[in-house]
Parts: sequence; C-alpha cells; structure tokens
Amino acid sequence: MSDFTLERGLAAFRAEIDGPVAAFFSSCVHCGICAQSCPFYLETGDPKYTPILKLEPLRRIWAAEFTLMGRLKGLLGLNKKVTDEMLTQWEELIYDSCSMCGRCSLVCPVGNDIQAMVRKSREGMVASGHAPEGLIGAAVRAVQTGSPMGLQWKTLQVQINHVETSTGLTVPIDQAGVDYLVMLSSMEVINFPEYLEAITRIFDHAGVAWTLSTQCFEATNAGIQIGNKDVAAILVQRVVDAAIALGVKNVISPECGHAYTAIRWEGPNLIGKSYPFKVFHIVEVLDQLRAAGRIKTAGKELDRLSMHDPCNLARKSGVIDEQRHLIDLVAENFVELKEHGRFQWCCGAGGGVSSNERAEGLKLAAFKRKKAQIEEVEPARMVTICASCRTQLEEGLEHFNMDIPVIGLTELIAEHLVDKEESPS
Amino acid sequence: MIDPMDFLLLTKGPLFTLAIGICALGLAARLLEILVMGRKHNYSEPRAGEWLPGLRTVLSRTIADPGTIKRAPFNVVVGWLWHLGFIVTLLFFIPHIALIKSLLGLSWPGLPNPAVDLITAVTLVALVATLVHRLTHPVKRRISTVEDYLLWAVVFLVALSGYLAYNRIVTPYPLALGLHILCAEVLLIVLPFTKLTHIFTAFIARWYNGASFGRRGVQS
Amino acid sequence: MSVKDTSLGERLREHGISRRSFLNYCAAIASLMALPPGAVPAIAAALEAARRPSVIWLSFQECTGCTESLTRSHSPTIEDLILGTISLDYHHTLQAAAGTAAEAAREQAMQENHGKYLLIVDGSLPGADSNPGYSTIAGVSNYAMLMEAVQGAAAVVAVGTCAAFGGLPGADPNPTGAVSVMDVVKDKPVVNVSGCPPVPMVITGVLVHYLTFGRLPELDQYHRPLAFFGQSIHDRCYRRPFYDKGLFAETFDDAGARAGWCLYRLGCKGPSTYNACATMRWNSGTSWPIEAGHPCLGCSEPHFWDAGGFYTPLSVPTGVPKQALLAAGAAGAAIGGVVATKAKQRVRADAADRQPVTVDELEQKL
Repeated sequence: MSDFTLERGLAAFRAEIDGPVAAFFSSCVHCGICAQSCPFYLETGDPKYTPILKLEPLRRIWAAEFTLMGRLKGLLGLNKKVTDEMLTQWEELIYDSCSMCGRCSLVCPVGNDIQAMVRKSREGMVASGHAPEGLIGAAVRAVQTGSPMGLQWKTLQVQINHVETSTGLTVPIDQAGVDYLVMLSSMEVINFPEYLEAITRIFDHAGVAWTLSTQCFEATNAGIQIGNKDVAAILVQRVVDAAIALGVKNVISPECGHAYTAIRWEGPNLIGKSYPFKVFHIVEVLDQLRAAGRIKTAGKELDRLSMHDPCNLARKSGVIDEQRHLIDLVAENFVELKEHGRFQWCCGAGGGVSSNERAEGLKLAAFKRKKAQIEEVEPARMVTICASCRTQLEEGLEHFNMDIPVIGLTELIAEHLVDKEESPS
Repeated sequence: MIDPMDFLLLTKGPLFTLAIGICALGLAARLLEILVMGRKHNYSEPRAGEWLPGLRTVLSRTIADPGTIKRAPFNVVVGWLWHLGFIVTLLFFIPHIALIKSLLGLSWPGLPNPAVDLITAVTLVALVATLVHRLTHPVKRRISTVEDYLLWAVVFLVALSGYLAYNRIVTPYPLALGLHILCAEVLLIVLPFTKLTHIFTAFIARWYNGASFGRRGVQS
Repeated sequence: MSVKDTSLGERLREHGISRRSFLNYCAAIASLMALPPGAVPAIAAALEAARRPSVIWLSFQECTGCTESLTRSHSPTIEDLILGTISLDYHHTLQAAAGTAAEAAREQAMQENHGKYLLIVDGSLPGADSNPGYSTIAGVSNYAMLMEAVQGAAAVVAVGTCAAFGGLPGADPNPTGAVSVMDVVKDKPVVNVSGCPPVPMVITGVLVHYLTFGRLPELDQYHRPLAFFGQSIHDRCYRRPFYDKGLFAETFDDAGARAGWCLYRLGCKGPSTYNACATMRWNSGTSWPIEAGHPCLGCSEPHFWDAGGFYTPLSVPTGVPKQALLAAGAAGAAIGGVVATKAKQRVRADAADRQPVTVDELEQKL
C-alpha cells in the first residue's frame, strides 16, 4: 500500500518554497514570453504547455499560504485549492512536456527561474503519487541495481575487456589516490562504448592518472529526474562514497549533461555538505589538458560539422567555450547552429522525458525545433557531448530520414591523437 | 453633482495619504514575505560570485535576447514601448517630478511637456495593442486571469486620465486632475496585492535568477 | 431733476464721458460676455435708459478688500460711474449714515423696492448653527440679516471668495462655522463673483448684464458668470508657451524667473483656476499677479486657502504625514514578516515529521 497522499505532496510542495520562489511568483505578469522559449509549446502550438502554467500547483500553494492576501482570502474561503485531480492533470505538464532545459529561465523578462521551479514542483508530484511510471521505474532500478537501465558492473567489465583488447591499454579500476575518478552513464555504456575507449586513449596519451570504481560507476541520477531528494541523495551519496573510498582529487562526469548538473550542482545540497573533491565534465578536463599542451592532435575533419550544446552543460552549467576550443583542434569546417551556447535549443529528451515512455510523442515534437536548427546550417555531421542528447538526435534525425550522423566530441578528439611514438617531444 | 474642487482636494489630500499608506504597508509586507523566506545554504562549489551576475541580470533582462525578439516581436516591442512610455511619463513629467520631490526630496530635470504628451499618446496606443494581443494570442488568452484585464484597465485609465487632464479635454480642470490622481491612487492601492508588485519584485527576481545562473558560470 | 431719476446716459454726459468711450465700454463688455457685436447698441441703449436700481450691500465676515478693489483702483472710470449710478442704499463703508440711521436706510430701501432690489454680499457669515455672536451688525446676526434681506431681493450677488465660497473665514479649522451665501440662500438666484478680491469689471459686467437683459448671466457650476469664469488662467496665460516647452522658474530669483518662464513649479494654481485676470488684468489693465512674477494663488476657487501651500506645485499632495507613511511601512513589514515566518515555521514543522520517499514505496506504484 502506497503512502503517497495529497497531504504529503502539498507538504513537499510547501517545503520547496523559498525567497526566490516568492519573488518569482510575485513578479509574473502573464506576458507569455516563456512560451516562446519552450520547444514543447512552439512545436505543438498548444498553449497549455506555456512554461509558467506548469507551475500552477506550486503557485497556488505559495499564494494561499505564503502571502498576506492569501491568508486573508483563506479566511473567506476564496483560495483555489490544489487537488488530486489537478495534480493528475498537471503530471503531463510537469513531466512529459518539460525537459527542464531552462531556456524559459533565461528569457523571462522579470527573471523567473521557471526551470528551477519545475524541479521543485516534481518533489510535490512524487510525494503525492503523481510521477510517471517510466521515471519511477528508472529511479527504482537506479537504487536497486545501481543503474537506471539495470546495467551491472559485469556488463561494463565486458566493455572494459573490449577496450583493453582494441587499445592494448589497461583501463584502471579501483586505483586509490589517482587524480581522476571517471564516472559513466549507463546509456553511454550501452549505446556508445566508444566513449570509454576514447578516454582510455586520451588519458593514456596525456598521462592522466585515473580510475573507474567498481563501488559506483553510474553518474546519472534518476532521483533528480523524477524529482525526489531522498532518492537523489542516495544516488549521489554513492558517487561521493566511491570518490572518498579511492581518495581521488577529482570526479569526472561523462558525456552526459544531466549527470554533471546532478553531481556538480545539486549533489552537495542533497547530502548537505561540500565535497572533498572537485567535479568536472569530461570536456572541461579535456580542455584543461589541451590548454596545458597535454593533448596533441594531428589532422582535421574536413566535412561540415556543427555542434549541439546540451542544456545541462551550456545553459545550466556554463560549459560553453570548452567544447569549442576542443572542436577547433580537430575540425576544419565547423559551423555554429544559429542559437547556441546558453541560448541553444533543447533536443527534447532531457529532464526525464526520455525515460518517460508516455512522452514519446512530445519528445519527438520538441525535437523538431532542433531539427529546424540543424536544417538551417546543413552540417554533414553533428557533434555533441551528452549521451542522452546524442541518442535523441540520432533517433530524431533517423525518424525524419535525415542522413546526419552524430558523434561524441571525446571520441572525435581521440581519433586525432598523435601516436605517442610519433610525438616529437 | 460632485464639486470638482472638493473632489480634487479629497484626492490630493486624505485619499492620497490613504493610498500611499496602503501602498507602503502592502509593499513592505510583500518584500518581507520574500526576504524572510530567504534561501538555503548552497554547498556546491561556485564558478563565480553571485552579486555581480545578479546585478547584471537585473539590468540585462530589460532587453530581450535576439531570438525572442525574432519570435515574438510584437510582444517584445509593444511591451517595451508602453513600459518605457509609462516610466518616462511618470518620472520626467514636470508635475510628477514636483510630486516626487515633495515626497522623497529627490529631483531631476524633466522633459518638455509636448514630448511627454506625445509619449503618453504612444503609450496609450501601445496599451491598447497589448490588450488586443492578450485577447487574441492563444498563450496569452490561456494564461490571462480576470486580474490581468482589471489591471490593464487600471494602468490604462491612469495614462488616459493624465492625457485628458494635460490636454484639458475634460473640464473643469480640478475634476480632470482629480480623476487622474484618483486613478493613480487606485493603482497605488492595488499595486502591492497584484502582479503590479513586479514593479519592485522583478528586480529581486532578476537578481535571484542572475545569481543562480551566475554562480554556475552562465550569463543570464 | 433728482439724482435718483436721472438715467445713466444723462449722468455720463454730465460727467463729460464721450459717446465714443461709452460705446467702447459697451463693446468691451459685450466682448467679455461673448455677445455678438450686434448686441453693443442694445447694451448701450439699455444702459443709457437704465434707471438706478436699488442695491443693498451687506458686509459680513470680510476684510473690505473687495470694496477697496472696486472703489479705488479705477477712479474715475466708467465702472465707478456705473457703481455710482446704481442706488447704493446701504453699504457700511461707503454710506454717510451710521448707526440707527444706517439700519433705517436699509429697512426703508427694502420696503420701497421689495422684490426688485439687488442684494450684494461680501464676506462669509457664521452659519445657522454657529454662535451668532461671531459677527453681528447692530446686534443682528449676519445670518438673520441675510435671511431678512434676501426675502425681498430680486437676486443675490456674492462678491468675493468669502461670500461665494466661505473664503478665509471658512478656511480650516473654520472657527466661526463660516458659510457662503450659496450655502444658506436656496430660493433666490445667486451669482458668485469670486476672487480675493474679484476683478472690478467683472462686478460691473454682471450689473450691466442685469441692467441690459433684466436677468442674470449664464453661470458655471459654481454660479459664476461663465463670461468671466469660463476659461482658466492657465489657458489664457501669456506664460503658457513656457509651460508647453517645459521651461520653468524654480526660484523667484533664478534665470528662469527673470526670463519670465512658467511659474508652475513655484506653485502657480493657474491650471485649476477659472478667472478673468489673464485677459482683463488689474489696475486699469496695467498688470496682473503672474505678469508681476508671482504664481496664481487660485483665489477665485473654492477652498483656495486649504488647497495646498501657495508656493507648492499643484501636483503635490496636501500634507502627507511622513511619520504615518513610515509607520505604515513598518506595520507592513511586521505583517509580512509574521506571515512569512509563520509559513516558514510550518515548512520546518512539516520537514521535521517528513516521511522520506523510499524506493519500496515507489516500487508499489509500478
């Protein structure tokens, strides 16, 4: 018997209200500009997907309980209530039609951080029993098996063996005291095993001391996607424990935007303390190595390349220049999408949308915005630095019969490494 | 029939005191509602500070990004136009400056009256355009509440009554001026309890937004 | 030929006023009252033939400024003669008689001209419910005297802002309970010739209109003759172009003041004041306050003493108590603080007995 009740949900909503939320709701003038930044609204044309509207349950609780007028209205019984029916209706708006890309937060004229409030709203949705099945499944698998996709270390071990065979290098495992603990995402392990090979080669090339951890290899956090801090804290604690167990100085988040924001920004707050290590996304590390002259490349890609900035990295974490420095290293003919960097457009799969089978149609609809952007510059290939985005781009381009392959940047760099023997130095 | 001079003195005297008192009370309440809530300590390691990016966003959100301008030019331009017109008229019409000086002791140069007159006319047209937009654009229709329309009327009447008084279209003048002051008082009274609070809280909201993005190394 | 029976025309000729200047005067009056040029001969004819009507002038709570204005400023002019031409049967300041004789003259005039005499009042009077002792004449309260005199009057002309609107005696806190003529006279036509003092020619204009047409002129909502009070000082002010350009004097001795710029910021009440000063001017058309460099006080409007400081701009509210404002702000801060603190406490309490979401719970949802 599940204990998720409306009351518990309302308490969870309430617990999320802070100064910024109060300032944001106090300031909304219903201008509708946020809709113009939302791929889910723009590509469906349905005004119910207007971002600020997705926050109506949270707003009602704030208005009724956190304002003088709400208190007075409450005495007269005039406040609009948040009901179970309402939350059922809002489930689609808060989960299926929001990839938490944060573009609305960047364009709102009064400065409302709508994305942050969607994240907060999900706390209430989970506690009131209104989370989508797909995300519940991922969260349960993540906690129970260590991977939202149910991936086991033994599967990864098979990958490691392949990598070692093909590179002739050793993939370090459970090496205490090294500089970097490398985390992976299940999606990467399953869909893009070339990533592991790429970093093995690059780190060997640059002489980086790194390791994987058998204690915890999964970087993603299904608890954050579903929007529950209890589950999220369990998952992030595993990463922290693994890093502390090995005594590493740095933890590297894989080519996955979501995992990076989860560990880098939300993690310390979930466990209520700062880390004794630093967190980097793989492109940050690669760019540091590049700047230090530790990555030597030869030759350039000659076809027209363009790049998709993952929302979680560019807009939500400020990782914008790093990937450009790296691509300049290996691409002759690079072209930017018209709106890129912090103003990029979401692929449509973030924020748990890709784990939510029910949202398949909306996910594809939202992708059309990305598709239009890609069509505008007509690249031969797309480069990205997030496995979720990459999967969505591949599936979406396939769906629309567009023959544009998608590759990971790390992989691209690895392909151009100068062999150690040939290196002049 | 209402005595125009009695009416003017009522609006300039007790009603103004009442309106500004309610406004001060309500506004202080609203600001405290926000500030008392505060923020939880953030344990993540910042990339940059919060104060400067926050202040930057306070300013930068005034101008929409190029993409938004392209996608919603009407919304952006008309919204911007009437806000600017309203603020310029409020802050740079000589009689308003005299009023502000009497309340706050601060004063600055004003604009020639015909310039303010023209700006007010543009503001009125822009306000009508925003109403039409609100009534016709699917998103705006969907998210608009009764409050949105009522407040539109309040803001419009403030500008319209001012325009009529300045141009002496309504006579006698004490009646026209009294009506304008009354409209402004209605605005002052509802300001703290409606979305008009954004006149003040938008800057707090922008700061929080800029600070949050800024500490993550993103210009917002 | 007794003085009383001579017509105005005859008296003018006796005083050597030429026909030309008389017609000029009639034309000026016609123009002021916005009558067509064709009306000039009619006015002239009516005035020439006019017999001196009986006028009773009651002075109550007043300063005699209105009388001063009327009698001294234009002497000797046609206006004075017009005044001389009426049969001023009772006027404290001007009449020779005093005491019982004076009161007897008033009573006699009221009897002889019952239903026909014009009653002019200057000064306000303590109202019906006020202590009558605040102002009496020959032991009779102003109120009682007015009520008695008004019975046989054809019409009442309230001269000056005190009589018209209560004026200075009626200003806050109005210790004598002063009221205007209009406040107590409800059953006779009342014309208000407001101003502190009023423009003399406006008074004679009203009389001329009455003598010419046998009825009172068209009035505004304050019972003021529209011909003289129909336009605001602001609309006819020669400094208006400076207002329109946004050129204002900010002190009485700055460059703007010397250049004759608009006096709005020095408190000019011209925009809300309806009077004829800007067109008729004072002292035989010599000048008027704004031309002399002083802002209009708005003296012809009701409550002008209480309508904010004379040197406070029109747009400035009358007396916002700053302490009250601070108190309101503090109260608001306290209320908002309490609301938010209460909400915060509830959140904390909820957090304390919060039931963490477990995977087992989630699994049951699947």
